[in-house]
Amino acid sequence: MSIFLQTILTIWHRELIRYVRDRTRILTTFIQPLMFLAIFGVGLQSAFATQNSGFDFVQFMFPGIIAMNVMGVAFFSTVSTVWDREFGFLKEILVAPVPRSAIALGKTLGATSIASIQALILLALAPFLHLKIFFFQLPALLGVMLLLAFAISGLGLLISSRMRTTESFGLLMQVLVFPMFFLSGAFFPLTSVPSWMSVLAHINPLTYGVDGMRQILLRPTLDAAVLSRIELYTLSTDVLFLVGFSVGMVSLAVWAFDKKS
Amino acid sequence: MSMIEVKNLSKRFGDLEAVKGIFFEVAQGEIFGFLGPNGAGKSTSISMLATILSPTSGDAFVNGQSVLHNRNGVRASIGLVFQDPSLDDRLTAMENLRFHAQLYGVPKSEFKKRAQEVLELVDLSDRAQDLIRTFSGGMKRRLEIARGLIHYPRVLFLDEPTIGLDPQTRSHLWEYILRLKREKGMTIFMTTHYMNEAEYCDRIAIIDQGTIVALDTPAALKKRLGGDVVRMQSLNKEALVAELKRRYGTEVHVDGESVLIEVENGESFLPKLFQDLQTTIRSIELRKPTLDDVFLALTGRAIRAEEASSKDQFRQHARMRGLR
Repeated sequence: MSIFLQTILTIWHRELIRYVRDRTRILTTFIQPLMFLAIFGVGLQSAFATQNSGFDFVQFMFPGIIAMNVMGVAFFSTVSTVWDREFGFLKEILVAPVPRSAIALGKTLGATSIASIQALILLALAPFLHLKIFFFQLPALLGVMLLLAFAISGLGLLISSRMRTTESFGLLMQVLVFPMFFLSGAFFPLTSVPSWMSVLAHINPLTYGVDGMRQILLRPTLDAAVLSRIELYTLSTDVLFLVGFSVGMVSLAVWAFDKKS
Repeated sequence: MSMIEVKNLSKRFGDLEAVKGIFFEVAQGEIFGFLGPNGAGKSTSISMLATILSPTSGDAFVNGQSVLHNRNGVRASIGLVFQDPSLDDRLTAMENLRFHAQLYGVPKSEFKKRAQEVLELVDLSDRAQDLIRTFSGGMKRRLEIARGLIHYPRVLFLDEPTIGLDPQTRSHLWEYILRLKREKGMTIFMTTHYMNEAEYCDRIAIIDQGTIVALDTPAALKKRLGGDVVRMQSLNKEALVAELKRRYGTEVHVDGESVLIEVENGESFLPKLFQDLQTTIRSIELRKPTLDDVFLALTGRAIRAEEASSKDQFRQHARMRGLR
């Protein structure tokens, strides 16, 4: 095997071992989406029900929550590189006689895998929300998940290559992650919002992930007419945006990682 | 053949010139030590040799590879043991070794044998499957040495390898290091601020404020200060001074109640002195020059004891708060 592939595999493998071993992390990343579904979903259900929109609000939120979870996990799996730096392990990686780009790709793919595994487990909740899920949906769903996870991992790695201390963690949550969560269309349809919000939402990669997943997940359950009222783009546009964003972010991250010596 | 060749290497951080154009060579199979206080430029130098930092000017060659032009060539030739711990404490000892071996291209078929070999060397065979977080500081350091050796490097870099270790572990570690040199002919480059450790080195460079102020074998460095000092006390000081002058024709110093003379070889001089001396003495002390004295003579300062760095303290706090 070439050094390049071996390096990607080695880095990827470590990320997965760490994930499997970290029970607290696994548990807490499930608690957040469940909380959102239970509190927001059920709480807002009554408010929305009056509008007779033709869909169940919890069903509406579910794809968004999964996308949010993908983003949260992917983001923090790569931003955790800052911990590696703080605790010295990054040095061990950086002095190895391997291409830096392979290290960056290994990290990104590790985060992508973890985020997608989590999301697939969350999918198991679908039957409880009276959503119909068919096997033929899975490949498309997995595709969008992987793309979104890959895009966000790239973004996370890019940020972590610029970050020196773990103290910036909290700040990052406030100014980047929460706005991205709330402006993604996960909680409310973006079809009739003021233009400033619409602009922000449209540069948010999570918006495209949420939109894509929602279309795939809700299609068997909802009316085509109802669905067309809440979808932003066609699925192929969503996928195209995510591909473009991934390529851009991951290239930048690899470049930033490579440049640093 | 020179294993390490350093040519006018310097590093500048903004206004601070951490390393100011140093030159030296290290031969194959040598234990070479960088001795100096904190902030002297030791870690900066070792970081440049190990390709962690790029030099501001100058170049260095490790195993014939330039740290400027062939980083991965250098990286593949060296083993590194950092000053700060650099293990993944969520992995087991074996997993840490495997991770390293894969990145350094150790063949899969070789890995098991080598892992056993290096774990045995550092006495950790029975802990191979345990998580690093259950390890003590000394065990972690030993595992890091094992990891640094698993890819059979030509040169082993040790940055303050025994810092924070208890005396017993420290002396064990030195046994390993000397064995590596003896059995594998490995070249070892280390930094330390412990004088007694520097004594193990074949040659040492004393570094202060970014420059090498002396470079020689420990014995030769000490010889520069002159001979051993014999300090005596007697009830009859004047008689003692007179007798020493008459008998040995040397200079005699008086320091308060003590009478001092300098001799070339203290161990063989003392028996002779006891045989010769007519004046009664109350006490006698032989003092051989130490590297501490050498450092003091060269720089006018003593080397201070290491304090825990702020990052170490942060780590401690983080552990206590259970952040990891």
